[in-house]
Amino acid sequence: MLSLYETKLSSRLLLGSARYPSPAVLAESVRRSGTEVVTVSLRREMAGGKAGGAFFEMIRSLGVRILPNTAGCHTVAEAVLTARMAREVFRTNWIKLEVIGRHDNLQPDVFELVEAARTLCEEGFAVFPYTTDDLVVAERLLDVGCEVLMPWCAPIGSASGPRSLSALTAMRAAFPGIPLIVDAGIGRPSHATTVMELGYDAVLLNTAVAGAGDPPAMAEAFSRATMAGRQAFEAGMLEPRDVAVASTPIIGKGVFA
Amino acid sequence: MRLLVKGAGVAGLTAALELVRRGFAVEVAEKRSAVGLGASHYAGGMLAPYCEREVAEEAVLTLGIHAASWWEEALPGEVVRNGTLVVASGRDLPELNRFAARTRGYRRVNAEEIEALEPDLAGRFQHGLFFAEEAHLDPRRALNGLHEMLAARGVTFHLGSGGQPEEGLFSAVLDCTGPTAIATLPGLRGVRGEMLYLETPDICLSRPVRLLHPRHPIYIVPRGDGRFMIGATMIETEDEGPISARSLMELLNTAYAVHPAFGEARVVETGTGVRPAFADNLPCVVERPDGLAIAGMYRHGFLLAPAMAGQAAALLEQRLRPAGKEFNRATTG
Repeated sequence: MLSLYETKLSSRLLLGSARYPSPAVLAESVRRSGTEVVTVSLRREMAGGKAGGAFFEMIRSLGVRILPNTAGCHTVAEAVLTARMAREVFRTNWIKLEVIGRHDNLQPDVFELVEAARTLCEEGFAVFPYTTDDLVVAERLLDVGCEVLMPWCAPIGSASGPRSLSALTAMRAAFPGIPLIVDAGIGRPSHATTVMELGYDAVLLNTAVAGAGDPPAMAEAFSRATMAGRQAFEAGMLEPRDVAVASTPIIGKGVFA
Repeated sequence: MRLLVKGAGVAGLTAALELVRRGFAVEVAEKRSAVGLGASHYAGGMLAPYCEREVAEEAVLTLGIHAASWWEEALPGEVVRNGTLVVASGRDLPELNRFAARTRGYRRVNAEEIEALEPDLAGRFQHGLFFAEEAHLDPRRALNGLHEMLAARGVTFHLGSGGQPEEGLFSAVLDCTGPTAIATLPGLRGVRGEMLYLETPDICLSRPVRLLHPRHPIYIVPRGDGRFMIGATMIETEDEGPISARSLMELLNTAYAVHPAFGEARVVETGTGVRPAFADNLPCVVERPDGLAIAGMYRHGFLLAPAMAGQAAALLEQRLRPAGKEFNRATTG
């Protein structure tokens, strides 16, 4: 079972809530995915008063845990402010920390990220940092109090799948006891299976489902793909070889003349 | 038999016309001082059922497909049938392919064909989709036109907060109050939309142009006289406050990407409206104690109001004049 900040979860798929055709389609996608954690991005216009209430109440009514995020923030100050607002609005200390460094590929600014994570961990947040596959940055995030790491496998929304399997493999090997969630870049169920086979603990995705022709069906496909990858990892897979290995022994086989 | 339509936005005025056409005596009550000052004021006025299918359910296409003809018949000369041009930059080609996969009623156009359609976009885009059957209108002119025409056909308008009619005096009330109904209709929510008007003599467009972008898709609707409506954000909140700097930057940046001359344009207006929407983002004719409501027009007011007005008017006619001629049974969506 997956454990994130002492919360036990049976689903290893986390879903974003943006860009669905309608809240009804989002609700059906969440239901069919079996996900227990849904990320929600807070815009400044939504905080305070009744604003945004109906949409957030709908997500709450799905019976899932809400993971607010700081999408669109570029500095420590913005991210910390957004996290504090999210804590008030959603009444949770969970925060997906996103501090963007580049507009074109939405790459995390890892320097600002570590500083923001330090401040938020000190304030009692359970921080889920959206980071790169850089091992030194990962170390720093753990040093300042993060207990979960969320590396990208490709730029947000690119749907291009894991770009560097060796980097993801190295990260898994470097942090054996830390929950690692691949966040961003997954486009197809096979991408999710691939990173789960590497031993990643979960995947977080949004556009791959929200932008699909039939989002609820795609949500279910991702759920199965994630489970398949995890099950394969736990079952122990063969190492690839360059030469053929006959599945039936040849020596000792009967000869009929 | 007198009927009261509450709300003089696109839903209310189209419904009033459908009721007048069925021979009812209609009065329209509007809290604001003039017609069309609510969410309709910020509408794009695109009659684009094929493009909307990108994210909307099939019902939006089937309900919206006759909208252009309805508006043309009601207000001759107000509908421009020049289609819609959808473009994307080279790096966003996957967005264009995704859009194409979700829609129909288009043909793919290359750089020369884009230039032929919109000479001012020459050389700017290599790939596009042209939806020839689509149309657009100017929402503000259209609603003022409906107001004049309804008044000429004997509809009484009660505008402004004073002098609202006594609802009990009417045979039925049709609630078309848009976002105001969010407070009383279960399941209805508000989706904030921000837009702006640019004015420049340096660009001429003949039809709505949509620029696809993974994060900030926009549409530009030409209003004539060098004015362009740029829209629109979609934010899950009922906040009606002024446009945010971020949204303004995103809309302007993307307009600039369509044509750099928009950088020299004047920002003559910015606005924020709240779209009323149900969870499936589809409009619905809803039962009310004193009649019906047309609710949840979302971002499809001008596209779907004619069909919803027809449904509501047919239902009221069936109830109030059951012995009349035969009617097609309307669905309540």
